[in-house]
Amino acid sequence: MDNKRKYVIPGDLVTTGPFRPEQNVVLEGNKIISTTIGISEIYDDSVRVIPLTGKYIPKINDLVIGKVISHTSLSWELDINSCYVGFLPAQDVFGRDFSAHADELSSKLKSGDLVAARIANFDRTRDPLVTISDRDLGKIDSGDLVKISPSKVPRLIGKRGSMIQMIEMATNAAVTIGQNGWVVVSCETPEGLLKAKKAIEMINQKAHVANLTDQVKEMLEIKDDES
Amino acid sequence: MGGRDATMVLLDENGVRCDGRKVDETRRIMIRAGGLKNADGSAYIEFGDNKILVGVFGPRDVHPKHMSNTDTGILRVRYHMEPFSVGERKNPAPSRREIEISKVIKEALEPAVMLEKFPRTAVDVFIEVLQADGGTRCAALSAASVALADAGIPMRDMVAAVAAGKVADTVILDVNNEEDQAGQADMPIGYMPNLEKITLLQLDGVLTPEEYKKCVDVGVKGCKIVYDLQKKALTDKYFGKGGD
Repeated sequence: MDNKRKYVIPGDLVTTGPFRPEQNVVLEGNKIISTTIGISEIYDDSVRVIPLTGKYIPKINDLVIGKVISHTSLSWELDINSCYVGFLPAQDVFGRDFSAHADELSSKLKSGDLVAARIANFDRTRDPLVTISDRDLGKIDSGDLVKISPSKVPRLIGKRGSMIQMIEMATNAAVTIGQNGWVVVSCETPEGLLKAKKAIEMINQKAHVANLTDQVKEMLEIKDDES
Repeated sequence: MGGRDATMVLLDENGVRCDGRKVDETRRIMIRAGGLKNADGSAYIEFGDNKILVGVFGPRDVHPKHMSNTDTGILRVRYHMEPFSVGERKNPAPSRREIEISKVIKEALEPAVMLEKFPRTAVDVFIEVLQADGGTRCAALSAASVALADAGIPMRDMVAAVAAGKVADTVILDVNNEEDQAGQADMPIGYMPNLEKITLLQLDGVLTPEEYKKCVDVGVKGCKIVYDLQKKALTDKYFGKGGD
C-alpha cells in the first residue's frame, strides 16, 4: 500500500508533520500518536488508525441492529452492543399524534424484538437517539442474529461492499450489517443460511489475514461443489 | 525496610545478587495478552516468581449510578491477592495494603487512559495475584496496561513499571522479595515510555539525593525493557500468526 500502512499499539508514533488527526490518534506536540491497537493509514492530509479491538461507540448515521430491552410509556430502550443504550422515542413509531394513554408501546415492539435502526443523534451528554422511520429500517421479523466484533465490521463489508456482496451472491442470503457488530442473516434455504453464517464467523476470526477474500471465496465455492 | 541486618548475602564482591542476577538485570519476564474469554480485555504476566492475571471490562454502565461522572468515564481498579499467593494463607478480604495498591495502580493508569471519551461509563480492572514474590504492584501495573490495550480502551501511551532499589549501598534494578525485606530501599516506578513521563513513584527506605537520581534512571531503563515485552505481547496476539 502506498499510504504507508503500519501495525501500531497505544503510544506508538504514527507520523510527524502537518496532518489532521482523525480516528484513534492524538496530537502530542507535533507527533501523531496511536491510541489503540490497529493499523495506521496516512492519507494526503489526514491520519487514522483502524482499530482491531474495542467496543462500539455510536456515531451519527450509523445503521445498527438493536434489541429492545424495555419501554416506558414514552420510549423504548435498545441494547445496541455499546456502553450506552439506544433511546427510541414513541413518536418515531406512532407519529406526531402519539398519545401516551391511547397508544400501547408493546403493541408495536416488545422486549426481545430486533430492530434495524439508525443513530439519529449522539453527543457526550445524552444517550444515543435512534430512529426507525426510514426505508429498510424497523422491526426485523425473520433471520438469524450473528454477533461479531464491531472492529471487524469494515472487514465484513469489504472494499465498496465487495466481501458482503460475494457472500450474498454465493448463498442467496440477505445480510443486514449493523455497525455495532450485530448482523442479521436471512435466507430461504437452510443451507444458504448456514453457509453465510459460517462465512461471517470466519471473517470475524480471521479479520487480520491478508488474503481473506480468497479464503472466503474458496470456502463458499468448495461448499458449492459439495451441495 | 530500612537497613535491617541480614544474614543472607544480598550482593557479593563480584556484583552478583542473591538470586544470581547482575545489579542492572531484571528477573525473567513473560507477558501474554488475552486469554480470558469473558473479559473485554485480559493479560497474564510472569515477573520472576510473580504470577498475575488481569481482566478488564468496559467501558460499561456504572453501577451504582451515583458513582458515574457526566464529564468523564471513571476507572475502577481492584488489586487482590489470592489466599494461596503467599507462604502463609492470606485472608481473602481486602486488606489495607491491597486497598492502597488498588488506588496507587488506578492513579498510575489514569494519565494514560483517555476516559474523557466515554462520559457516564466505567472501566473496571480486576487484578488477581496468583503468586507473589516482591514487586507485585509493578508487575500488576504492567499487565493492567496490556489488558487495557487488549480491551481496546484508548490510551495515550502504555504504562510500564518496574522497581529500583538499594541493597548493600548499591543501586539495583527489579527488587525481589528478599531484597525488599532486607534491603535498604525500594522504589517502584511506573513510566510512559513514549511520552517519557512518570506515572508512579513510591519510595520506601533512605536514599541520598545522588542515589535517588540514580534509582530513577535505573528504574526508567528497566521500564523500557518491560515496555518492549508489553509491545511484543500485543504484537504477538494481534499481528502474529497469519498477519501480513
